[in-house]
Amino acid sequence: MNVHIRGGRLIDPANGVDKHTDLFIAEGRIVGAGDTAPAGFKASTILDATGCIVCPGLIDLSARLREPGFEYKATLESEMAAAAAGGVTRLACPPDTDPVLDEPGLVEMLTHRARLPEFPHVHPIGALTVQLGGKKLTEMAELSEAGCVAFGQANQAIVDTQVLLHAMNYAATFDFPVWLQAQDPFLAQLGVAHDGEVAARLGLTGIPVAAETIALATLLQLARETGVRLHVTRISSAASVDMIVAARAAGIAVTCDTAVHYLHLCDHDIGFFNAHARLDPPLRTQRDRDALRAGLASGAITAVCSDHTPVDDDGKQKPFGEAEIGATGLELLLPLTLKWAQEMRVPLLTALARITSDPAHIMGVNAGRLDAGLPADICVFDPAADFHVSRKNLKSQGKNTPFLGLDLPGRVRYTLINGYLAYDGTTQPESY
Amino acid sequence: MSNATHNPQLNSHGELNHLLSIEGLSREMLTRILDTAVPFTEVAEREVKKVPLLRGKSVFNLFFENSTRTRTTFEIAAKRLSADVINLNINTSSASKGETLLDTADNLAAMQADMFVVRHAASGAPYLMAQHLATTGQDHIHIINAGDGRHAHPTQGLLDMYTIRHYKQDFTQLTVAIVGDVLHSRVARSQIHALTTLGVPEVRVIAPKTLLPSGIERLGVRVFNDMKEGLRGVDVVMMLRLQNERMQGALLPSAQEYFKSYGLTVDKLALARPDAIVMHPGPMNRGVEIESAVADGAQAVILPQVTFGIAVRMAVMAMLAGA
Repeated sequence: MNVHIRGGRLIDPANGVDKHTDLFIAEGRIVGAGDTAPAGFKASTILDATGCIVCPGLIDLSARLREPGFEYKATLESEMAAAAAGGVTRLACPPDTDPVLDEPGLVEMLTHRARLPEFPHVHPIGALTVQLGGKKLTEMAELSEAGCVAFGQANQAIVDTQVLLHAMNYAATFDFPVWLQAQDPFLAQLGVAHDGEVAARLGLTGIPVAAETIALATLLQLARETGVRLHVTRISSAASVDMIVAARAAGIAVTCDTAVHYLHLCDHDIGFFNAHARLDPPLRTQRDRDALRAGLASGAITAVCSDHTPVDDDGKQKPFGEAEIGATGLELLLPLTLKWAQEMRVPLLTALARITSDPAHIMGVNAGRLDAGLPADICVFDPAADFHVSRKNLKSQGKNTPFLGLDLPGRVRYTLINGYLAYDGTTQPESY
Repeated sequence: MSNATHNPQLNSHGELNHLLSIEGLSREMLTRILDTAVPFTEVAEREVKKVPLLRGKSVFNLFFENSTRTRTTFEIAAKRLSADVINLNINTSSASKGETLLDTADNLAAMQADMFVVRHAASGAPYLMAQHLATTGQDHIHIINAGDGRHAHPTQGLLDMYTIRHYKQDFTQLTVAIVGDVLHSRVARSQIHALTTLGVPEVRVIAPKTLLPSGIERLGVRVFNDMKEGLRGVDVVMMLRLQNERMQGALLPSAQEYFKSYGLTVDKLALARPDAIVMHPGPMNRGVEIESAVADGAQAVILPQVTFGIAVRMAVMAMLAGA
């Protein structure tokens, strides 16, 4: 299928391109951009992108697909449809499935199941330790061959710092990146909200910022010792942004991301025990939120992810402290990033870099850019149209988000994966 | 920026539909509850201790967490209003068989309940029930929070205010100290909101740092770690219960050391104003947080608190039922 995307504003952050021009795709690959088609090109499909932005498909560093093991919360089919509807063409999934992604066979099964033309590219993150137990190292070389792009622990900490040192050293042997969350399990134990005024008022057990900064200090020191490629996932505090900046200045090669929820919400958004706002790490203060927003703009925070975690209603319809952690996010990654960019007056080129080329760099894949010859993973969205966040409009099986009821900027019109039209927003019902 | 900002205990006219927390209620609303409680104190002195205000209504006491004193006072209050009272000790029944909180609420709603009195170990559980009743069109069932986790115990806060007003009349001239395990105390949070709403100019909390939540000063209180300093010149001393099991581990070294530093003794009480009153929500740990000579002394108003508690709970139930 040859596709001609016509009349759009093409933004390709990796190449510094921002101009009104057409894009041409042949046999699943980008063959050129310009006002005229490449020689010999004959379009079989013309997609109207008038008023729209044409950019690389979004790359999400953390999206739980819930398979295997949690199909009652979501299925591969439902979440891949959500990803495509959100303009996401490539995603990394954490290893906290059931069974845990700690064996090559499981990884192969997942990637095999995910290999349909309308499905985004799936890159599993292998477990760093067996069963995420923090005791025994996994067969990282085997897991890498099976398709893992990195190794991590999802939300589980490695308590024993000697095991953590060994895990980083072993990963560094093969130059495998490790993606880890910074959270001290002792300081976070039983905690359900940021340790501050709101938790005090609501009578919720707090998780202090020190739970993140102490663990981050450990990760940074061990990264320095081992030389491992460290990516710190989902930082939530101003102090962590400062520490990452200082670590880079000291020569440690570290990248980090935050999740898109933390750019817009703070602990006050828990409101009256809104379980949709129960996240890990917890929503922190307005000052932390502002520092994350600024850190993403400056590049101190390398990328933003959705931390997509579909939870069924039964998991959320519980008292706040007993409710399951997480929010759905694949379909909100673009609108919430655009909202952040608008509010911070960040150029679209920079904003889109944080969800395309920057995460591609962290993931170590040649994607997130519109170079001729690359697979045509494309997102076309209308920046002037609102996305109304409702249970009905979310394709994800998880309807759990603190943004329910809001209108957010940016609606995806088309998503192409390897040149295949995986999502066509023009065919959505009127209410959409 | 999320949407969950509507106070679920108020109806569309701003009137009380549930009593879930003191926080968010106006001074006028609190005063109205206290005023309503005044005539109910006299009901206890009658030969027939009953008024017909809730006749034909069903009040369900849903205690997901053990309690004797609070459950009993709610039961007495409801019965004095002539309601039919059903006591359910849920941690030994449905919940232990896996039924969810909301399933329990739905089942009891189907039994034509008019009021739920809810105690639960999780902060926010009564809010969840109230929101669920609203979404299922059953918010004609009123919920009274009888204590949720560490969050709130609003009727205890109100009965404490009733007691203070009874002895001190004017809230706006008082210095009040809350002493002890603020970290785990739902009572303390309700007291703080009630006192600040009613215009008490200085509310102090006195405790070691391990028993104070971070950010407590943002609730409008002055923090003291030294009990002697904190008690100086106060009009009201509100002691909190310290659970013995929490005395161990990393929060406190021993009951003995706690008593020495934070136990209310005759000597320490002498630092307060001579006419200061001493309150305690009960049950007391004598010799841990309070000395018997103080608990049984002339300044203690601990038993009147219990008596007033029934009148205040009758007032709340009557107001919620629109009686």
